[in-house]
Amino acid sequence: MTALTGTGPLLRLALRRDRITLPVWVYLLTASVASTTYSFKKLYGTAASRGQLAASLAGNGSLRALYGPLGDSGIGGITVWRIGVTGAALAAAMSILLVVRHTRAQEEDGRLELIGAGAVARPAPLTAALAAAALANGLLALLTTASLVALGQPLAGSLAFGCSLAACGLVFAGVASVTAQLAETGRAANSLAGAALGLAYVLRAASDASTVHGPGAFDWLSPIGWSEQVQPYGADRWWVLLLSLAVAGLLAGVAYTLVGRRDLGSGLLPQRPGPATAARTLRTPFALAVRLQRGTLAGWCAAFAVAGGVFGAIAKGIVDLVGGNRPVADVLRRMGGQHGVADAYLSSIMGILGMLAAVYAVQCVLRLRAEETEGRAEPVLAGPVSRLGWATGHLLFPLLGSAALLTCGGLAAGAAEHATLGDRAGSVAELLGGALVQLPAVWLTAAAAVLLLGLAPRWTSAGWGVLTAFVLIGWLGPALQADQWVLDLSPFTHTPHLPGGTFAAQPLLWLTLLTAALTAAGLTGLRHRDLG
Amino acid sequence: MTAAISVSGLVKSFGRTRALDGLDLTVAQGEVHGFLGPNGSGKSTTIRVLLGLLRRDAGTARLLGGDPWHDAVTLHRRLAYVPGDVTLWRNLSGGEAIDLLGRLRGGLDAGRRAELLERFELDPTKKGRAYSKGNRQKVALVAALASDAELLILDEPTSGLDPLMEKVFRRCVSEERDRGRTVLLSSHILSEVEALCDRVSIIRAGRTVETGSLTELRHLTRTAVSAELAADPTGLENLPGVHDLVVDGNRVRCQVDAEHLDALLRAFGRSGVRSLTSRPPTLEELFLRHYATEVTA
Ligand SMILES: Nc1ncnc2c1ncn2[C@@H]1O[C@H](COP(=O)(O)OP(=O)(O)OP(=O)(O)O)[C@@H](O)[C@H]1O
Ligand SMILES: [Mg+2]
Repeated sequence: MTALTGTGPLLRLALRRDRITLPVWVYLLTASVASTTYSFKKLYGTAASRGQLAASLAGNGSLRALYGPLGDSGIGGITVWRIGVTGAALAAAMSILLVVRHTRAQEEDGRLELIGAGAVARPAPLTAALAAAALANGLLALLTTASLVALGQPLAGSLAFGCSLAACGLVFAGVASVTAQLAETGRAANSLAGAALGLAYVLRAASDASTVHGPGAFDWLSPIGWSEQVQPYGADRWWVLLLSLAVAGLLAGVAYTLVGRRDLGSGLLPQRPGPATAARTLRTPFALAVRLQRGTLAGWCAAFAVAGGVFGAIAKGIVDLVGGNRPVADVLRRMGGQHGVADAYLSSIMGILGMLAAVYAVQCVLRLRAEETEGRAEPVLAGPVSRLGWATGHLLFPLLGSAALLTCGGLAAGAAEHATLGDRAGSVAELLGGALVQLPAVWLTAAAAVLLLGLAPRWTSAGWGVLTAFVLIGWLGPALQADQWVLDLSPFTHTPHLPGGTFAAQPLLWLTLLTAALTAAGLTGLRHRDLG
Repeated sequence: MTAAISVSGLVKSFGRTRALDGLDLTVAQGEVHGFLGPNGSGKSTTIRVLLGLLRRDAGTARLLGGDPWHDAVTLHRRLAYVPGDVTLWRNLSGGEAIDLLGRLRGGLDAGRRAELLERFELDPTKKGRAYSKGNRQKVALVAALASDAELLILDEPTSGLDPLMEKVFRRCVSEERDRGRTVLLSSHILSEVEALCDRVSIIRAGRTVETGSLTELRHLTRTAVSAELAADPTGLENLPGVHDLVVDGNRVRCQVDAEHLDALLRAFGRSGVRSLTSRPPTLEELFLRHYATEVTA
């Protein structure tokens, strides 16, 4: 039996299971790139208009932190600027979810045991998962290149861009293959790899915000930064792709070594025994929900504190940068002074924190569905526990847990900004406010998942689709000059831009009311449907 | 006295599969009732309807005098349930899971919990995934048996237990019966059913095909007869109620329906009988017959 025995059938199985998920991911990514290029061709058709865009970007560190630097100022170049970082991060997310789904998550629910007993080499599931990831990223590179070329962009740059997205995806496929060996559950493996992705994103944001021209030097610390360093349509530095490939290969090598060293079903860390009797407080469905969700919440809070701190600390760099660039500084000062620059940047950061909190909230709601389908809800609900009691115990987490996350993020950003900029008394409170106004939009996203849970339980995971739609509307809508009604579909469109913007309570009230209505409908559905 | 469980004409469909198709089931208070049927015949589905986890499409169902769907929460205070496939929370130890499930129901007897842990040789400090299948099953069994619920609903509770533990389980259930508790026991292990159950219901394809005490059920079925006759027999194949007839010279083996035994013996008498053995059907044969008709039906 060779190390490859069984890989073929496993790969086919993986592709069959993902026959909808993968094409949707690849399609959405390619379509985002293509539609960005398409509308930029209309919006910035002339070299003069692109020159203006480049000039206004040169000094704006906040936009650089969000999207990365502008390289070449052709249509291809501004497409890369607008969507390169986001696309690379999304390709990474696709790869992480894919690899974990076919390794640890499968192992966790015992399916791999059935397979492992067949004529299958021990590393075969890992090989199959990595091969599926390679296929998906290869397809992404191919389609992105083809669609850019079809839109009239030069082949070399288009190919470099497509490959730079796929390269980032492959690196994180490698990361996920390692975390899938370390963690015992699919959820934990996803979280670890997700944390690595978050770190990579924050590092490159800090790096890009702190330089004026070209990608920042610290980009080299972040796999997303490597993709920027390829500089498609500019230098087209192909050799940087080799760096990504080498690191991806190295990580996969580590994963293969780990596979050989551990038992099927276990992680690398040994299980410790637990208490023989339960704590006195563990007696209600809510207490159970706390017990199940508290670790996750703590991890997310820490991540929010770190991200908030880093983004808050960058604010100073942005103000300094603009100070050194007189014409841009003049323009911005007329628009609201130095604080205007920092505020515009910080309010965008608050928007990002809001969307990340929505990721947490949707994840919490899906947890409820997992409890149901994996049979752990059954013994609880066979006790004198109403479905409402069971569900609300868990739903307090998307409700209050997301508030805790935004509080952590807002406070950390405020404290870091205050420590570096100093002169803005009250900025901590302002940033806390800026973070907390995101809450109604976060809740509404979670409420959409609750609605699915109650009325179309099989489709609960489409909650991710709803969130993705909101994110895409927020990130691409304005750049593509989408109609206002499209923008209005996302609750994040209605969130006040704080600090700096004007606060309006009315939209928040509407969002909250809508949240209440969707949640009520979802819970009513849950009460009246079959369980399991 | 009202029945602990009474179900009639129960129908439940999942999309186009009709899992229950007019099922009847009556469990009297204080009895241990065996619930049998081939895989996929609808046992677990019936139990889920009784627990208010599934909504019935048609038919009536009463549980401890209440409606299993509408009165779920109050009824569940009075019953304990062991699922066929126990999954535990991976970051909770077995002991914590037992306590939690017991406390949801209003608390459990600490002395009895300790006694059961000892009898089932269960280590309560392991966490979710670290338990073997049988041990996960034991966690659910201890939680159910240590409660003071008046009705125990057990869905294949011994499917992962070793023979020693299976014996402990049987002793526990007969103790529960002696205390006056009602038990609904779904099982594929016939010796277990034979040892524990007062009455059984056999279902297939979502319908009840037989219900009654084991003696009654035996009565309805065939007796296996083998005989050595003085002369070669004649005309046996034309007798009503005789099945699986094998004639080998003057030796005869066959199965005969209880009500036709008389006619067979008279036919034997005409040839002269040298030796005769007859035995009642084993439970195995009884069930196999009911299970197998499904294939031909
Ligand atoms: N949630 C569900 N969705 C669709 N079909 C279901 C569902 N639950 C059960 N069924 C179907 O209903 C039928 C009865 O299943 P059930 O689990 O009640 O059988 P069972 O008698 O408990 O079998 P076993 O002895 O294998 O445990 C089967 O055909 C099964 O496929
Ligand atoms: Mg069953």
